[in-house]
Amino acid sequence: MLSHLEPTDIQIKEQRLYREMGLSDSEFELIQSIIGRLPNWTETGLFSVMWSEHCSYKNSKPVLRKFPVDGKHVLQGPGEGAGIVDIGDGQAVVFKIESHNHPSAIEPYQGAATGVGGIIRDVFSMGARPIALLNSLRFGELESERVKYLFEQVVAGIAGYGNCIGIPTVGGEVQFDASYEGNPLVNAMCVGLIDHKDIKKGQAHGIGNSVMYVGAKTGRDGIHGATFASEELTDASEEKRPAVQVGDPFMEKLLMEACLEVIQGCDALVGIQDMGAAGLTSSSAEMASKAGVGIEMNLDLVPQREKDMTAYEMMLSESQERMLLVVEKGREHEAAAYFEKWDLDAVTIGSVIEEKVLRLLHHGDVVAELPVDALAEDAPVYNKPSSEPAYYSEFQSEAPFVPALDSFKETLLQLLSQPTIASKEWVFSQYDYMVRTNTAVAPGSDAAVVRIRGTEKALAMTTDCNSRYLYLDPEVGGKIAVAEAARNLVCSGAKPLAVTDCLNFGNPEKPEIFWQLEKAADGMSAACRQLETPVIGGNVSLYNETNGVAVYPTPVIGMVGLIENLEHITTQQFKNAGDLIYLAGESKPEFGGSELQKMQTGRISGKAPELDLDVEWKRQAQLLEAIQKGLVESAHDVAEGGAAVALAECVMKGNVGASVVLEGDEAGVLFGESQSRFLITVKPEHAEQFEKVMSDAVQIGFVRQELGLAIDGPEGRELVKCSHEELEKAWRGAIPCLLTSKV
Amino acid sequence: MKFAVIVFPGSNCDTDMYHAVADGLGMEAEYVWHTESDLSRFDGILLPGGFSYGDYLRTGAIARFANVMDEVVKAANEGKPVLGVCNGFQILLEAGLLPGAMRRNESLKFICQPEPLVVENSGTMFTNGYEKGEIITIPIAHGEGNYFCDEETLQQLEENKQIVFRYNNNPNGSVADIAGITNKAGNVLGMMPHPERAVDELLGSADGLKLFQSIVKSWRESHVISS
Repeated sequence: MLSHLEPTDIQIKEQRLYREMGLSDSEFELIQSIIGRLPNWTETGLFSVMWSEHCSYKNSKPVLRKFPVDGKHVLQGPGEGAGIVDIGDGQAVVFKIESHNHPSAIEPYQGAATGVGGIIRDVFSMGARPIALLNSLRFGELESERVKYLFEQVVAGIAGYGNCIGIPTVGGEVQFDASYEGNPLVNAMCVGLIDHKDIKKGQAHGIGNSVMYVGAKTGRDGIHGATFASEELTDASEEKRPAVQVGDPFMEKLLMEACLEVIQGCDALVGIQDMGAAGLTSSSAEMASKAGVGIEMNLDLVPQREKDMTAYEMMLSESQERMLLVVEKGREHEAAAYFEKWDLDAVTIGSVIEEKVLRLLHHGDVVAELPVDALAEDAPVYNKPSSEPAYYSEFQSEAPFVPALDSFKETLLQLLSQPTIASKEWVFSQYDYMVRTNTAVAPGSDAAVVRIRGTEKALAMTTDCNSRYLYLDPEVGGKIAVAEAARNLVCSGAKPLAVTDCLNFGNPEKPEIFWQLEKAADGMSAACRQLETPVIGGNVSLYNETNGVAVYPTPVIGMVGLIENLEHITTQQFKNAGDLIYLAGESKPEFGGSELQKMQTGRISGKAPELDLDVEWKRQAQLLEAIQKGLVESAHDVAEGGAAVALAECVMKGNVGASVVLEGDEAGVLFGESQSRFLITVKPEHAEQFEKVMSDAVQIGFVRQELGLAIDGPEGRELVKCSHEELEKAWRGAIPCLLTSKV
Repeated sequence: MKFAVIVFPGSNCDTDMYHAVADGLGMEAEYVWHTESDLSRFDGILLPGGFSYGDYLRTGAIARFANVMDEVVKAANEGKPVLGVCNGFQILLEAGLLPGAMRRNESLKFICQPEPLVVENSGTMFTNGYEKGEIITIPIAHGEGNYFCDEETLQQLEENKQIVFRYNNNPNGSVADIAGITNKAGNVLGMMPHPERAVDELLGSADGLKLFQSIVKSWRESHVISS
């Protein structure tokens, strides 16, 4: 017994030991008044993880309430492992995104790998078969050895986990900016498919029913991971390496197959939940609280991989690949049989009780007894002070940035080799994006498309966020993030269904950071309402700061859309010589937060590009109609680097060339980042019909056999003339080149 | 013709293999769990890709000891077609049904991409639907596909025309650009590229379909008298 070494309740209070676990003085007092006594060491630990931002959303709840969460297709909104949206025929899509930023900053391979593992469990714990993975990554500039190491190891960790478990990593985004230098962002998203009848919830109904522990044994890894995720990174964070978990994708593969078999085949199963952040504590307290019951567990029965673990260690461990099940009393053996087939532990460790408490027994003693609602529901909610940062008004009143350009061609080639724009083939060729043989559109187009076997339907999916716009103007930037994600889906032929978001921000206790969070949520909410894409779940990651400096506000949008017919699947590459090229949307000289501004000045400032949500909505609807009518050969949204970069991407991937004429302010039409724009190609025989559907699309040129890209201004003046080789070298070669170059 | 798709803990291309045969060919297929001990009801054996037993120790090294493997060896000795893809190829090497060994890719990275292959031998029961010298596109997805064998073995492979597929643009460092080999008798094929991922134009290529069709064609020809 080691528990005698633990501090006493008096010591915890007098020496304020709770502070080390992340609880404030007032929170400790609140705990005392709720339970009417001092908590012991284990109980203090339980409260500290359950009341961490990561588990309780105590700082972000007032912001999360802004999001629209309802919609006619929504079967499950926020609050369960993952959200669920109906896609017809008795089927539904389940998806969620989650961050694993801090673990990845300290131990990038395992941090990223376990991020993938955790989000997969969230999806299959709902009863869904995971069918695709995506991610959204942010790193510092790809210059220092440290950033290169983080980038390479994060990608390897994602690949190592996803490839082994056999779920295709079909899409994602990677961006590089100095604000992420010490605090990279690693967000992982999982999409699953389910029949309505198989939907399971994480609830512990039925007094007397058994609580079963399945999967990997519990060790001392990841203790206090949720608390660690809820504080800023400092130079001392290296010492928290033990708070990073270690993943075993093989174990998770077995666990996933066994759980899906139990869910689909065993009617003795009452509820199931992943042991994710805060492990045994959160899974048991949340399942009990949601069902209005209590749970009693005997920790002696918990499968353990290390000797002499204390109650505190077992309850706070974040060992991976574990699930908690509630099974009808007397039928435990039926559930256990499924796990035996896969050689997995399945042990009854407790039962559902009437009294609404979490009671823990260890070595014959009651080592903790706390009200479940106090743990799961009663964390204080803070309305943090918010104040507009000084930089915002400066940026708003700043004169617009006017780029000085000597050569449009050189500018284009330089833009194509910026790591944020350059080809990410180096990344996605390490991911098995084909396994399960349903990937109809591989990584690299606007959105990934996964067909639903046995139907004519497919799902399009994407992750998106341009955090530079959000830094300049979080409200407009928040709108743009949602709109651009929807644009990607529409370009692929899909109707956007819903959003999962991952709010990566700095320390919310700083009023300027909380202002960013509030404003971003306002913008995102407005766009979600207009585009009819409710937020069905997500994750909040605050405290993304290194030594006091925050990352750019980065609310990553994960969005899934439905393609009703496989024939509607559309990609960005130009297809056939002779096709007409159209540009829809006005091109203005908007350079605030643009790739060009960043490239030329090394920083960003000014106003974010404007966005009119009515125009956005209308244009997306028109493009989708044109695609569904079979009038569109290719579609691509115009994003970072402007129309010239978008055109280059379309010709390189299509192995054809293009000649176009662009009129207006030269820098603006080539490289400006005006929103709500699409590049579309159409067969000549469909031109008339297409123009009727997309009335404001302007024909700017045609696809040609001869490779390369020619962009002229009015009266035949040459703006850009690039060979295929020049484009390819700049775009495809950039990231491998940066990774091998020495500082 | 009835196919067995062998499933080890950690196999993850088993459903792909199943659908390639069942949907792509319209043939009968059945998943067979690694603990089974009778494969006599099957006419062809498919060892799918994945990470059997987590590929701990060495790829395929633990799977070769699975209960079902005695039956796989028996089926191979009886002359039934046995196809091992990716991890399945690695298992066939470990089980000694094919010569050589796998090393990590030269780049030390996992590689997933469509890969052009040259059909070197169109006279096998797996390739009779292809032309010799034909270039086909079949995806690869592996971290350890760098095939190795000694000089003497290589000479035998060449002389016996056991090298069935070569890479057109060697992605992983394999000796003699080897992508797939058969045993001497020609009824056991191991290959790193995934033909089961290339059976539908919607997903980018249907060049792998002919491989499965070839197996069925050979089987029909050899069973025409008895049936």
